[in-house]
Amino acid sequence: MKKSRQMFARIAALMLSLTLAFSLVACGGGSSSTGGGTSTGGGTAGGDEGDTVVVGILHSKTGAMAISEQAVIDAEILAIEEINASGGVLGKQIEYIEEDGASDPATFATKAEKLVSQDKVVTVFGCWTSSSRKAVKSVFEDYESLLWYPVQYEGMEQSPNIIYTGAAPNQQIVPAVEYLLDNGYTKFFLIGSDYVFPRTANMIITAQVKAAGAEIVGEEYAAMDQTDFASIITKIEAAKPDIIVNTLNGTGNVSFFKQMAEKNYTAAEYPTMSFSIAEEEVATIGPDILKDHMVSWNYYQTTDTPENEDFVAAYKARWGANRVTSDPAEAAYDGVYLWKAAVEKAGSFEVAAVLEVIRTGEISFQAPEGLVTIDGATQHLSKPVRIGVIGADGLIEEVYATPEPVAPDPYLKGYQWAVDANIQPLE
Amino acid sequence: MQQVIGVLFNGLSLSSILLLTAVGLAITFGLMKVINMAHGEFIMMGAYTTFVVQQLFLSFAPGAFDLSYLVALVAAFAFTFLFGCVLEKLVISRLYGRVVDSLLATAGISIILQQAARSIFGERGVNVTAPSWLSGGISLGGVTFSYNRLFIIMLAVLSLVLVVLIMRKTKFGLQMRAVMQNRDMARCMGINSRRIDMLTFGIGSGLAGLAGCSVALLGSVDSTVGQLYIVDSFMAVVLGGVGNLVGTVFGSSIIGFSSIGIETGLSSADIAKCLVLLIIIVFLQFKPQGLFAGRTRQLDE
Repeated sequence: MKKSRQMFARIAALMLSLTLAFSLVACGGGSSSTGGGTSTGGGTAGGDEGDTVVVGILHSKTGAMAISEQAVIDAEILAIEEINASGGVLGKQIEYIEEDGASDPATFATKAEKLVSQDKVVTVFGCWTSSSRKAVKSVFEDYESLLWYPVQYEGMEQSPNIIYTGAAPNQQIVPAVEYLLDNGYTKFFLIGSDYVFPRTANMIITAQVKAAGAEIVGEEYAAMDQTDFASIITKIEAAKPDIIVNTLNGTGNVSFFKQMAEKNYTAAEYPTMSFSIAEEEVATIGPDILKDHMVSWNYYQTTDTPENEDFVAAYKARWGANRVTSDPAEAAYDGVYLWKAAVEKAGSFEVAAVLEVIRTGEISFQAPEGLVTIDGATQHLSKPVRIGVIGADGLIEEVYATPEPVAPDPYLKGYQWAVDANIQPLE
Repeated sequence: MQQVIGVLFNGLSLSSILLLTAVGLAITFGLMKVINMAHGEFIMMGAYTTFVVQQLFLSFAPGAFDLSYLVALVAAFAFTFLFGCVLEKLVISRLYGRVVDSLLATAGISIILQQAARSIFGERGVNVTAPSWLSGGISLGGVTFSYNRLFIIMLAVLSLVLVVLIMRKTKFGLQMRAVMQNRDMARCMGINSRRIDMLTFGIGSGLAGLAGCSVALLGSVDSTVGQLYIVDSFMAVVLGGVGNLVGTVFGSSIIGFSSIGIETGLSSADIAKCLVLLIIIVFLQFKPQGLFAGRTRQLDE
């Protein structure tokens, strides 16, 4: 009997470690199946020979990020099809090769190398997570190729071979905090998922809030897969903030807002400002729970421009009436048009020539969000910033917008409080 | 004082979630000695069943939406109970006594079920809406007790009481304990051990389904939701002493209260998890049988 118990204890230990290993694998996310890209570019040679020019699209089509990145792929394909229908670029039709990064940075790097060295695409539109962007960065630098990155991110980066079409911190986070300070909020509680974006964002917010004489009353991080927010909510209650700044990502938002609601808290008691909740997330969590909470982006589906009316109509016509447009999808769409503008101005598909005209700072596009211009020095876009409030219908209503597009400042060099706080990138 | 009550309530709530996920495991793992790596996926199936039932209500009977959760509770138990029975019949029953084989087989089933959930429901988590009678909470002396957490505590206690009653007071429970303690002897007495095995495993699985139904109230449901709870549940069972229901209650409570206590008082959930794990490892070094070592008269090996 003793022996069997010992054996059993051993097996139980083995099983526990296996479970842990499995959950780690699950966290790592996604299958590593590559499956080969679907090439719509029939030609064997890439580049710009013949009547066509080949570009790459590199996003996750499988794994945890697939659902988010699909919207971005769809926006890029829509832009390419629109350009082709109106005569192409420099008289050539655009063909695209899609590769699957499988939500895995290492796969992103492999696929990026394949696209630029083997397929010889003239440019690549791709990536979502900061980790995937960091993984492919050196590939694009080594091959002197060009990546268009469409998502708002934590800043502190400036690769000569990447054009950043999403917001830098000073185009999303800083104006949002400024808006909160202007509206009389003085006790900030910071809550975020535990990875590079929230940690960097909170470093920036802390410096900004303290410089304005307001107070950070708490800062908490939740594991990516955390479901029980009871303790964090207890800490929020004890700290009595008048505003919660939320950088939770993914499922964390669902659990957090549900568990705030179960304690009868609404935006009246604990208002929040979120940086990762867009139209699609609102639909998942439910507008009844998120009603009256604030968000900050550069673009909403409700943004009132003639270009956006056309964009939303075209997006829904191409991909389905139930689809919603969002900030990252719009930034990806802009990227394709900005590339077209740069190529046409350069009169060539050569990366060096394209980068040269981009660095003049004269490449711009009348985008759905408004006029966007590539800043020659930082290769980020200058773009308008909008604070929105979530409505009962699940759409986001703009309550404040910067009168002019905001120039990008990825290292926050133009802000004395940021320089004083000496904010460094987290690697 | 308010904060102390808040922490105690949160601890009780986490303990009851752990207990609910661990009761099923206490039966399949504790009594039957089947290491079911797919137990977490039964939780997931229960959670998705809740979602599907809600969607059906939204489509066909939106007026009776508040009833959907009650129907979902029954449906989740029934579905996972049946699935557990089938799994036992097809796979587990062929692997009794071959612990490592059944471990590998159920690990494989776990992966298949997770991928199936991804294929059917997609990568992005779905959301279960609490019925109106479970949304919000009651405020007493400055502390808000949310209805769905009170409900989960009640459900956990109820499941535990029912399991104890079945095991102690019914003929089926008697047969079940007989088979688990000494299979050969029980069969000599004319008990159909195959049938008992299947039903026992089914009940354990059904309880996991109920757990899934309740965790769906707290957060979003995706294919990995079971994995979040399974490690803690195994720990609760091992800490309490394998094969002992009272031990499982104590195991869940110790993990639940200490996690919440450490997280609220000292640090973040990650650190709390590390510390709790460390405490358990040290404890098991001195008492490898767990808090309550089960005693049987079995004379194997």
